[in-house]
Amino acid sequence: MPLIKDGAVRADGWIYLGDDDDPADGQSVIIDYARWHAGDAAIAGHNGPLGIRMRSDQAPELIKDDLGRFDVIALEFLGIADGRSFSHARILRDRMGYGGELRAVGGVLEDQIFFMRRCGIDAFELDPGRDIGRAMAALTQFSAPYQASSDGLEPATSRRHSGR
Amino acid sequence: MYQYDEFDTRLTNERIGEYRDQVARRVTGDLDEDNFRNLRLRNGLYMQLHAYMLRVAIPYGLMSSDQLRKLAFIARTYDKDYGHFTTRQNLQYNWPELEDTPDILAHLAEVDMSAIQTSGNVNRNVTADAFAGVARDEIEDPRPYCEIVRQFLTLNPEFSWLPRKFKIAVSAAAEDRAATTVHDIGLLLIHNAAGDTGFRVLVGGGLGRSPFLGKVLRLFLPKDDLLPYIQAILRVYNMEGRRDNIFKARIKILVHELGIERFKDKVEAEFEASAGDPLFIGTEEEARIKAQFAAPPYRALDEYDPGHEALLRENPAFAQWATHNLAAHKQAGYAIVNLPLKPIGGIPGDVSADQMDFIAGLADTYSFGELRATHRQNLVLADVAKSDLYSLWQALDDAGLAPANLDRITDIICCPGMDYCSLATARSIPIAQRISERFADQERQDLIGELKLNISGCINACGHHHIGHIGLLGVEKNGEEFYQITVGGSGARDADIGRIIGPAFASEDVVDAVETLVDTYLDIRAPGERFLDTLRRIGSEPFKERLYATD
Repeated sequence: MPLIKDGAVRADGWIYLGDDDDPADGQSVIIDYARWHAGDAAIAGHNGPLGIRMRSDQAPELIKDDLGRFDVIALEFLGIADGRSFSHARILRDRMGYGGELRAVGGVLEDQIFFMRRCGIDAFELDPGRDIGRAMAALTQFSAPYQASSDGLEPATSRRHSGR
Repeated sequence: MYQYDEFDTRLTNERIGEYRDQVARRVTGDLDEDNFRNLRLRNGLYMQLHAYMLRVAIPYGLMSSDQLRKLAFIARTYDKDYGHFTTRQNLQYNWPELEDTPDILAHLAEVDMSAIQTSGNVNRNVTADAFAGVARDEIEDPRPYCEIVRQFLTLNPEFSWLPRKFKIAVSAAAEDRAATTVHDIGLLLIHNAAGDTGFRVLVGGGLGRSPFLGKVLRLFLPKDDLLPYIQAILRVYNMEGRRDNIFKARIKILVHELGIERFKDKVEAEFEASAGDPLFIGTEEEARIKAQFAAPPYRALDEYDPGHEALLRENPAFAQWATHNLAAHKQAGYAIVNLPLKPIGGIPGDVSADQMDFIAGLADTYSFGELRATHRQNLVLADVAKSDLYSLWQALDDAGLAPANLDRITDIICCPGMDYCSLATARSIPIAQRISERFADQERQDLIGELKLNISGCINACGHHHIGHIGLLGVEKNGEEFYQITVGGSGARDADIGRIIGPAFASEDVVDAVETLVDTYLDIRAPGERFLDTLRRIGSEPFKERLYATD
């Protein structure tokens, strides 16, 4: 699937590991939270990069002690109306200090990408057939948002006084 | 009032560009209807029974005469020559074409207006006391804080996809003219013993099919904590509010299911954990916004105006209008003038384009070019010198805009109902019109005194029937319209949820039923009692007996 990472289209070096599959040596794999939670020996012994996929009803609290093990956290967006992952992203970035890749997966709609980015998400997995150009443009849809958020963008409420 | 600077304008225009593109993508089929619906709603566009409806935000009800003239222009150019003021201080157009809506939004942006977040599961227009900044019973102007909250929650990246819609109301006065107790968050600006400004925070109020009064979340929240605290409330709601059932998705249900103590624990824990988030508005920004709400250049006048008093004595019709429609102003020699949009037999809240232009002109002549929309679907000229009241009244009277019925039984709150709305189960406008005609007689209205009558055309309660002294709820039974009557509700400082008095009435009988309630009250009231007072003193039994008596 097309992946936008750090503002550019990139090859996705990660694969989703099936629940019954074991990772190959050094392979970059993303597993579901349920498998991580079950304490699978093959995962515990994996010597390559590891990512975890969280459903929108699985709060960051569940993995707060394990963050150091993950290079990717994939947050699911279940359709346009499910906004939970926006809060989860912010908590992972701002409160838990997670510095790895935060990836939006599921139904990523161009129209939400700007807000996802502002919440600290830096990678976007697009469904095949989505307009990549539009998705890239959406990253900078708004040039002067009102609020401070997890992306460090200086908000309008502050730029008014800083002369920027 | 607040004027857009380059940042506000840029954000609004970028939003219109995004929306224009979304409309084009809908037309080509790139956006499916479900996704488009979610996106257009956040730009104020609904689909109603017969056509689209566009809801324009009037932030905390405050607008300039130029803005009102622009609303008139849009009504004339893109709609059917009228608009409808709502209980949340917005204005609705009932007949726009989808393809025109981006242009309408561009016209609105020319006068610092938008339809951003007037719909959808997101924070809506922040509403406020329509007398904010001028009311004599107010401790401090709450509008700067309304504007601060507006900016914080406009296109907020984290809270744009909430479980359900979210409504905040703000008041700083002794009287509650903003119905703060029936909002998701009600903010009451107060001073603590040390004289510091802060807010009493209510949460979980609301109407609809499960009405609740808001519960106290914080007795005193220092003003500097306002945004972090709202963030904490919204974050808990965004993560934990129910998304499995649309009827249980409002924050009031979360508060109810958790209980206020557990909900409070979660909010306080979230608030503490996010301490240090750069959300404090900052002294410079707070000062910049406050400066825009500076008082207009009032003249130094005496509170007592002998010329005005003489005119009141000489002209009974003027005196009657003044008695009903004026409110006490904090500035000596000035008055707050209410313009009820409730002519006898009219549609509550509807204003024609010509009337908008006319009222905008009056605002320029008499009230520093500003006016307000109220929670009760009326307008207000907030800063009129007493010496100008007579000529203002004459102008209004000539235009048929001087009904002396504020807070009387004909000053009805009424939702659009089945004449427009796809959710409605019954018509509400024709009922309002018939009640208005039945009680047209001014003497009788004055005899009855304050009586707030609210009508909703379905259980979603946009007409706030739960908080009417008398509330009517339209329901459908076997293909016919019936009206359930609730009594004893109030959205003011004496807030309560009304109770159903008995079996519903058929459309042809409901006006008689209202009259029976009123006549019963007139028969049994103690001196000085309002309908609500009598009802609360002796209960609904005597009313019920008369209402359901079998001859």
